[in-house]
Amino acid sequence: MYFLAAEGGESTHNPIIPLWQEVVVGSVAFAVLCFVLMKFVFPRMEQTFQARVDAIEGGIKRAEAAQAEANQLLEQYRAQLAEARTDAAKIRDDARADAEGIRQDILAKAREESDRVIQAGKDALAAERATIVRELRAEVGTIAVDLASKIVGESLADEARRKGTVDRFLSGLESTGAR
Amino acid sequence: MFGQANVLAAGQAGFPPSVEDFYLPSILPWGAHDSYWFTKITAMVWIAVGVLIIFFLATYRNPQLVPTKKQWFAESIYGFVRNNIAVDMIGHAGVRFAPYFTTLFCFVLLTNAFAIIPFFQISPNSHIAFPAILAIISYVLFNYIGIKQHGFVKYFKNSLIPPAPWYILPLLIPIELFSTFIVRPFSLAVRLFANMFAGHMLLLVFTLGGFAMLSANAWLAPVSVLSWVMTIALTFLEFLVICLQAYVFTVLTASYVQGALAEEH
Repeated sequence: MYFLAAEGGESTHNPIIPLWQEVVVGSVAFAVLCFVLMKFVFPRMEQTFQARVDAIEGGIKRAEAAQAEANQLLEQYRAQLAEARTDAAKIRDDARADAEGIRQDILAKAREESDRVIQAGKDALAAERATIVRELRAEVGTIAVDLASKIVGESLADEARRKGTVDRFLSGLESTGAR
Repeated sequence: MFGQANVLAAGQAGFPPSVEDFYLPSILPWGAHDSYWFTKITAMVWIAVGVLIIFFLATYRNPQLVPTKKQWFAESIYGFVRNNIAVDMIGHAGVRFAPYFTTLFCFVLLTNAFAIIPFFQISPNSHIAFPAILAIISYVLFNYIGIKQHGFVKYFKNSLIPPAPWYILPLLIPIELFSTFIVRPFSLAVRLFANMFAGHMLLLVFTLGGFAMLSANAWLAPVSVLSWVMTIALTFLEFLVICLQAYVFTVLTASYVQGALAEEH
């Protein structure tokens, strides 16, 4: 010390040369600081950061899931609604078609019935007319023969029957009338 | 030593301030000039370590997902170094270095801050021993990381051989060797040490200069006041330097680690 002081005037310390005692103290102190902070404090901060990130991301994920579910439900309801509308329209169309069908059926049946009735009437009339014509023919023949018998004599009846005179006459009459 | 004794005898501080003003008498044994185990400087180092440990353990004893104010403060210090230095410089792999970088940053910042905190008023980092320790740790750290990442040979090949034409390599390799493996720890240590040393010296010059002028001639009193106003202004400058140097030391360490981790030169 004295030697250095004597040589270098006032300066006994060189600020560029570290004091070994300070190196030792500084190393130990900094090692203690590093040990405590790097073992007990900063890893826990990292954990807390991670937990926070997880919490936030978890929240976002949950919200996204809820949103997705809501959207899915909405889609489902919309699909169901559309289906119900289609069903209703189909039912209406069916009912309309059914009603039309029934109407057509009833009309057809009524027409058929009326045709049937008319036909039956016509048939009956024709049959009646045929009967009347047949009866009249027989009666007219009989009456004519009777009248002729009365006029000509009784034997004529057999003769007329034998020769078909009356029929011939009547046919002649008919053909004349037709002509 | 004699100068200091004279100053004490005369009842006034010496002017101009010298290197000896950085080496205060030891506390235990009291007043000794050749004992360095327990001085104001080492006491401040222990105080810094104690304050940081107590602060972080107290604020992070019971961490909550939704932080309290103190917890938020501690987290934002770590978050600042982690995101703005470690991850910014190194990328995602930097997260594993964030605890060391934060410890380093806090230690340098607080020991620097003693330079302007009343009654401390000198930074332990104005003694080169402490910056030197931190620089050696950074040096060992980045070399260890590099060797672990690439293997010994590939790491030195990466660091020493830049992608340049072969004929320029004889020039570049010595430069790279010098700048990466020799200059780095010195520049790191000396930058921090010199800043704190110079800052303390400046404050001493203006504070003691005021007293020197006052005692030399009463008519110089207005200049003394100006000198002390300058001291206050320089204290603000010193505050800037304190924060900046803590940041720079950490960023450079991160940058060296990044360089060691990088695939190519």
